[in-house]
Amino acid sequence: MTTPGLVEPLPPGFLNRFGRGLRDWVPAVLVFVLGILFWEALVRGLEIQNFLLPAPSDIVETLWVERDQLWTAASITFREALGGWIIGCSLGFLAALVLARWRLLSTALMPYAVAAGAIPIVAFAPITNNWFGVTGLTSKVVIAAVLCFFPVMVNTLKGLTSVPASAIELMHSYAAGEFTILRRVRLPNALPYVFTGLKVGTVLAMIGAIVGDYFGGASGSLGVQIQRWTGIFAFEEAWAGIVVASVIGILFYGSVALAERRVMAWHPSLRGGRPE
Amino acid sequence: MSGSAVVSLSNVTKAFGGGVTALQSIDLEVQPGEFVSLIGPSGCGKSTLLRIVGDLVEPTSGDVVVNGKSARQARLDREYGIVFQDSVLYDWRTVSKNIGLPLELLGWDRSKRADRVREMLELVELQGFGDHRPWQLSGGMQQRVSIARALSFSPALLLMDEPFGALDEMTRERLNAEVLRIWARSRSTVLFVTHSIPEAVFLSTRVVVMSRRPGRIAAIVDVDLAQPRGADTREDARFFELVTEVRDRLREGGLDADRTAPGEGELVVGGETP
Repeated sequence: MTTPGLVEPLPPGFLNRFGRGLRDWVPAVLVFVLGILFWEALVRGLEIQNFLLPAPSDIVETLWVERDQLWTAASITFREALGGWIIGCSLGFLAALVLARWRLLSTALMPYAVAAGAIPIVAFAPITNNWFGVTGLTSKVVIAAVLCFFPVMVNTLKGLTSVPASAIELMHSYAAGEFTILRRVRLPNALPYVFTGLKVGTVLAMIGAIVGDYFGGASGSLGVQIQRWTGIFAFEEAWAGIVVASVIGILFYGSVALAERRVMAWHPSLRGGRPE
Repeated sequence: MSGSAVVSLSNVTKAFGGGVTALQSIDLEVQPGEFVSLIGPSGCGKSTLLRIVGDLVEPTSGDVVVNGKSARQARLDREYGIVFQDSVLYDWRTVSKNIGLPLELLGWDRSKRADRVREMLELVELQGFGDHRPWQLSGGMQQRVSIARALSFSPALLLMDEPFGALDEMTRERLNAEVLRIWARSRSTVLFVTHSIPEAVFLSTRVVVMSRRPGRIAAIVDVDLAQPRGADTREDARFFELVTEVRDRLREGGLDADRTAPGEGELVVGGETP
């Protein structure tokens, strides 16, 4: 059955090929190293002011010096993102199950769901801070959850309903009921779509948490720290914060992609991996 | 009507919304052990008729009896296995688990299931492929898995809806021979939809020729070729006679329905079936 074609922030299979032979990785690693060296040379050679762009070596040094603060900040913001991701994805998945079961509900609600999905939800961040408290984690969790909800719901619903008619007819020929069809056909068919939603969700949850922090978050959270550091012209520190945020985002995405690879070893798109 | 027929259709009519009559007054009986093909131009309702027998589509009127039961009861009692043009194998299941799916739904225990699946793999000559994924097999092999799945629970009736329509000619001929071998071994009754005339003649004991708009039975051709049939059968003079006869019947049915609808009965031989 077909692979979903919705939002893929990275080329398909990018992180799926984790560890599939070093040779595939050499060009990418080379580009990374050269990029960093070029950056370093640019900053040193042109004597670029550090408020514009600090040198990578300075950022790395700051990462080490400020490791305690950065670790605390990272753990606060990641908890916000993870909490929102879990809540948002679960609700999105459940909503898709309900909408797939009752088509009338789906036709009545889907236009609004699609419209709501197009709203820049981070715009609500200052409002949710008012609703759920500025300094607590809750308001950030809510933003992240709302951001995750739509891609997971839309993708899951697509996966649950894009089952070929003959696959359903086959189950009917075995006198299978709706629940059996859901469990044996619709859910496995939806799995690749669900994972697409979950992966997009990791990125959105991080965005939601950090932007939420910018409007006043728990003291010491990553967004608050980045903002504070730029305010006091501590640009190496701010950049170190951005690097930490990026690394968390990539690891978050990568671990979901890895889970996908484990769960869906059967999928034709992972043809390179030996089926279990 | 005799009580022993596996399939018995009387006066079956199917009308879709918008006044399109897909099938009109179909009467047909299929006896145990028969291999009956439904052949006709696209839109003659042959696939719909197959689905009516399988209770996947409801007729507008008429009686459908399968193995002495209503079509619905027969479906609920798993009286038939079905094979579609698309093999409908689930990628998330291995070949063995695809074949065992109906057995799981019937609540067979694991070891009994494994035994039967092994038997079926042997029947369709796919020993050693049980742990493969469907997408690792060729189209012809996939269709054999689909046949094994349909026969796994020994249904009284096998329904096949253009099972080899998407395969190349050589694979198709090989699978035709294989279907005959399986049919002889499993002693099942087969209702087979196709639009290939040689395929219908080669496989069947009877060929039901259908015409369209509305879908009706135009003629039934008895195929008296000797069993078992093999590569020689296709060279037999009688084979060609029967192919010609089915083709003539198709032309009669196809053309008068097309050109002089809704009238019927005129014989126009030699034109092209669109």
